[in-house]
Amino acid sequence: MNNHVVAMHISNGIIDGPVSGIYAAIAAAAIAVCVLRARADLDDRLAPMAGLVAAFIFAVQMLNFPVLPGVSGHLLGGTLAAILVGPWVGALCVTVVLVVQALVFADGGVTALGLNVTNMAVIGTSVGYLLVVVLLRARVPLVWAAFVASVAGVVIASQGFVLQYAFGGAETPSIGEVAALMAGPHVLIGIGEGLITAVTVSAVAKARPDLVYALRTSRRELVTV
Amino acid sequence: MKTRVFLLVGLLVALGLAGVVSNFASSQPDGLDSVVRDGCTYDAEDNKTGGTCVADRTEDTETADSPLADYGIKGLDNRYLSTGLSGVLGVLITAGAGGGLFWLVRRRKPVETSA
Repeated sequence: MNNHVVAMHISNGIIDGPVSGIYAAIAAAAIAVCVLRARADLDDRLAPMAGLVAAFIFAVQMLNFPVLPGVSGHLLGGTLAAILVGPWVGALCVTVVLVVQALVFADGGVTALGLNVTNMAVIGTSVGYLLVVVLLRARVPLVWAAFVASVAGVVIASQGFVLQYAFGGAETPSIGEVAALMAGPHVLIGIGEGLITAVTVSAVAKARPDLVYALRTSRRELVTV
Repeated sequence: MKTRVFLLVGLLVALGLAGVVSNFASSQPDGLDSVVRDGCTYDAEDNKTGGTCVADRTEDTETADSPLADYGIKGLDNRYLSTGLSGVLGVLITAGAGGGLFWLVRRRKPVETSA
């Protein structure tokens, strides 16, 4: 059983029940907003693309890569999803992956789902997307924007767990210790995520630039400015 | 490249990654898991051998009895097949659930033109 990774997300019990419940409500509200906003982006062409993006993120999340002795990491996927299908649909893509993993693969507790969705789907995707937009406006090439935004998205999403731990975690280790323990490996995981995101986005941009949402948006904004 | 071809190629890449490449993934705990296990020691079989850590708080997942729990297929002894097939099923389930939901909530074209 231990030749492959068993748990990749927050399990039940790590964060106490009340805080998990509050985060479930936060996640549900964020998802509701995303569904409403996503409808403006979701047309006959984006809908199947979004399904593919979700499936691709599921696949790549299985591919843990080594980052430190005894520590691995995997894609979270928020920045990749946001670049390809936009922030609203992108957050929903990551959410679909997390729901399938919790319900079917017993990865990440069902009670803990709101914690995982908030960190990876909501924080990861929004931080990644905001940075990509800023960098593209500053005329940074898409590949570099994708890389930098991925690193930041992963590190900040991982600190989302630290906040949850502060509200509903254990007494020891202390919050400061957890923050430091999380930051180190997640900078390295972010670099791995950045490489995967940059390669994937470049491949799509080469084959079908019109299917890269971030390119459409930045062009539209440049025209309107 | 036609959209349909693009989607098909993308799905095949995802299936290959989840079905084959997944068997070469690192089996070490990930960033989060390593933090949660910090302070505990584990043997080669991944059983806890001592110490205290946040992972002590872990409770069973509601879906622990799922036939695909822990990215394997219950009852399938060949670990490569088990991991690979569970990955293939996961990609298909995610594509089906995600694609289906997105298709259902999508904006219909006539609405756009009349707006």
